[in-house]
Amino acid sequence: MDKARVDQIIDKHECEASSLIQVLLDIQSENHWLPKEALERVAERLQVPLTRIQHIATFYKAFSLVPKGRHKVHVCMGTACHVRGAQRVLDTVQDLTGIKPGETDLDLKFSLETVNCLGCCSLGPVAEIDGKTHGKMAPAEMAKVLKNYE
Amino acid sequence: MSEIILKIDGREVAAREGMTVLEAAQKAGISIPTLCHHEKLEPYGGCRLCTVEAEIRGRTQLVASCLYPVEKNLVVRTRSEKVDRIRKMILELLLAHAPDAFELQDLAQEYGADKDRFEKEPSFCLHCGLCVRYCAEVKKKYAIGFVDRGTKREISFIPEIASNECWNCKECFPLCPTEALQAAFVLTKAFAFPSPSLEPAPAE
Ligand code: SF4
Ligand code: FES
Ligand code: FES
Repeated sequence: MDKARVDQIIDKHECEASSLIQVLLDIQSENHWLPKEALERVAERLQVPLTRIQHIATFYKAFSLVPKGRHKVHVCMGTACHVRGAQRVLDTVQDLTGIKPGETDLDLKFSLETVNCLGCCSLGPVAEIDGKTHGKMAPAEMAKVLKNYE
Repeated sequence: MSEIILKIDGREVAAREGMTVLEAAQKAGISIPTLCHHEKLEPYGGCRLCTVEAEIRGRTQLVASCLYPVEKNLVVRTRSEKVDRIRKMILELLLAHAPDAFELQDLAQEYGADKDRFEKEPSFCLHCGLCVRYCAEVKKKYAIGFVDRGTKREISFIPEIASNECWNCKECFPLCPTEALQAAFVLTKAFAFPSPSLEPAPAE
């Protein structure tokens, strides 16, 4: 993300220190992670110490300080999905992508996370990829679904 | 500035409005153990070692004396079975993280805290925030801050700021009740300080 775009986002929030979290969220959602240069720019323009920004950016799970993959895979490990075999679905994803929850592969293709209930238990086991819900997953289905992502 | 009379450990103590119970006690020569408190810094209430019983209108509460403002007719007990039990527990929990901290050792003796009660988890930092707050509130350099949250919370230097500011300051070092701060500084210096470049720093 270039500096000009970061500046645009900051300007959209009127350069208000109180909008810090909104600014970070905007950068995160557009860029999928928060690069150091972007945070330094935010600190400089909003006049908020970098230590404060760092604290906030590491406090909330919504932010990432490392690059994230193009596709975000969330495998539900909630109770309902768990009893229906979520672990095997997760194992499949781990085998096929080569990453564990919390990680991103080297090609920046996938980032994997586990979640505890996506709120549609009757579809379990559930996996969500880039916000799209895939229900009734089993290892074979999961493998098929993952193939659709480039 | 009206004067407020309160009772601490059975003694009448005069305090100014806006003072905390801890300040009033200290002024009267009554000592309350503290860990995260520092006169130059805003009250923080992080360690809860300064917990006391505060009784007002017949109700007794456990409060952090470094935060609790004095009040008329307040009755404070700085030692009681309950208070001592709480302090002992806090000390035991802290000792699991920093078994060798001097300040903790002395208090542990006084309160009979067993440093081996909980399984050791030597993270050394006690999350007192003295270093972070001193750098921010007194020096206004913001070279060090907290990252992450809960049990995973850690201190972290911003290498670019630390490499400019810390050499001539290091005023936070003696504040740290453990050696976590110095260790973090040494590590940051070794691994993260920007290497001295041959070119002059780019003008901003
Ligand atoms: S490093 Fe030391 S001074 Fe800083 S928060 Fe941890 S225990 Fe407190
Ligand atoms: S437990 Fe998976 S959606 Fe509820
Ligand atoms: S000294 Fe009061 S909470 Fe730490």
